[in-house]
Amino acid sequence: MLTARCEALRAQGRRALVCYATAGHPDPDRSVALWQGLESAGADVLEVGVPFSDPMADGPVIQASSQAALEHGVTLDTTLGLVARAKLGIPVVLFSYLNPILAAGSDVLRRAADAGVHGLLVTDLPVGSDPEREAWLGGGPLDFVRLVAPTTPRARMAEIARHGRGFVYLISRLGVTGVSDTLPSDLPQTIAQLRGVCSLPICVGFGISRPEHARAVGAHADGIVVGSAIVRAAGRSVDEAVALTRSLRSALDAPAA
Amino acid sequence: MATREMTDGRFGVFGGRYVPETLVPALDELEAALDAALADPAFHAELNSMLQHYVGRPSTLCDAPRFSELVGAPVWLKREDLNHTGAHKINNALAQALLARRMGKRRIIAETGAGQHGVATATVCARLGLECVVYMGEEDMRRQRLNVYRMRLMGATVVPVTAGTRTLKDATTEAIRDWVTTCPTSHYIIGSVVGPAPYPRMVRDFQAIIGREARAQMLERAGRLPRSVVACVGGGSNAMGIFHAFVDDADVELIGVEAAGHGLDSGAHSASLTRGTPGVLHGALMYLLQDANGQVHPAHSISAGLDYPGVGPEHSYLKDSGRGTYVSVTDEQALEGFGLLGRLEGIIPALESAHAVAWIASQKGRWAADEPVLLCVSGRGDKDVAQVSELAEEAT
Repeated sequence: MLTARCEALRAQGRRALVCYATAGHPDPDRSVALWQGLESAGADVLEVGVPFSDPMADGPVIQASSQAALEHGVTLDTTLGLVARAKLGIPVVLFSYLNPILAAGSDVLRRAADAGVHGLLVTDLPVGSDPEREAWLGGGPLDFVRLVAPTTPRARMAEIARHGRGFVYLISRLGVTGVSDTLPSDLPQTIAQLRGVCSLPICVGFGISRPEHARAVGAHADGIVVGSAIVRAAGRSVDEAVALTRSLRSALDAPAA
Repeated sequence: MATREMTDGRFGVFGGRYVPETLVPALDELEAALDAALADPAFHAELNSMLQHYVGRPSTLCDAPRFSELVGAPVWLKREDLNHTGAHKINNALAQALLARRMGKRRIIAETGAGQHGVATATVCARLGLECVVYMGEEDMRRQRLNVYRMRLMGATVVPVTAGTRTLKDATTEAIRDWVTTCPTSHYIIGSVVGPAPYPRMVRDFQAIIGREARAQMLERAGRLPRSVVACVGGGSNAMGIFHAFVDDADVELIGVEAAGHGLDSGAHSASLTRGTPGVLHGALMYLLQDANGQVHPAHSISAGLDYPGVGPEHSYLKDSGRGTYVSVTDEQALEGFGLLGRLEGIIPALESAHAVAWIASQKGRWAADEPVLLCVSGRGDKDVAQVSELAEEAT
């Protein structure tokens, strides 16, 4: 469903709006309301973050949301329960560090699919790092989405693209997740370089927080991923996060000036 | 040999490179630079010269007559506490800083627990003219105020880490976040045999000088190899450093002493090998203190340098293969060990090393009178005197 959804959007010439939210943040009940609100505001894909105690690729906003979720007792299985409760019509991608997945047991992919999850993204399992576990994660019922970084050499981009499913997640800049004022000036070139070796849709994340970012990146990529900005807004209120998503949607859909 | 790193960066099933994609090219670059440096006689010449003249190597092998009498077997002390900056940490920090300079990286990142690795890194950065940023948990900054001051005196920036348990684990996570952001221009000097490949083997190889010297010194002074080599294990760099030269000596026991904190059943300890299960943290698969959901369980030890929920992948491998034996002692026992070596030998060990002292002291009768025991005194206890005296005052 993830691949189909991404390709259908691409065929329509529509840019994908991928929204990230940490499971159980601000609390489990509001988490479900938030996801439903994001869908109604025009999200095409929902990335659900599995809280982890040591999120080394995350900046302060997502760290704090992860910590809050852990304090609410949210686990990978609680996360799946919330996904099932939300009954979303858009594809759901689990966004996790490897250790909670390993601890969840060998049938975790089946349990996730049964709960309504379509894809999986693992922050700390780069392509080639553990062929056995990568084959396990990629060989199950979920689309295993892989990441490309600004430091990734061109030959490795091609290798990552070969292993990816659903879409390729391009990290826009060096560093951890978090909002930025500006986008890297060489981002269009990086996207073009990746496009040259990759037939999957390309979604760009990290640092995209404002409608003008959405518009700028949408001019080059197939979609955008917005995380910290939504999580920060959701920390204030679900309505604020939904309003932000609506404004990102309009910016993304606005005809190019 | 079985303990050597496999070609894919693993020790058996342990180790690996579980990192964000951004760091993969940085680790490839580091590995290539490391292998080129190790093959370059000029690198070794500069490193060895600085180890001799700046660090003060070789460190001595010292007999311990009164402690030996207590134990009932001759105990030999490998005196890493006598190195410049007072611990074994400088062996690795110096070598990695020279490597960073070769790679053209002028900014150095480090994490520190007790502060010994931070001090060692700040020291070599001052000497080589490199910028130095050290991440340290707020709780550890409180426990090790003196080391914070020492780092700042030498021009390092010490960044307090307020996340999580505010100890070594969180400092390491924060250092990795810095490196993900700055890897094209910064080198991250990890202080122990942990982290993604090639760090565990690199740090081991830079610490292996401890065991190479000690093995030769034992043959010369004691006329034989030790029956047992004993070292404390947090991440495990002094232990891996002294064990490495003895791994092929089948008759030599390798014994790592972990921190049992308030007791193994208290839930407040750092005994990853004794009580942990395999898991992934900070880029490697290793024995890890974690709950059933794969969340990392906070470690505890009276000694900031052992206060870490993971342990080097090579130790994880040595445990599973049976080549290494891993035991543990509590905070209370470690404090006894701290006082004991001072009273009997006039040597105040670091609280970390005091764990190894305490375990040997608890094993009277384990060794025959002609079976030598080699103990790694990984650091000196000056840094711990204030903390221990405060604890003593609280107790009275």
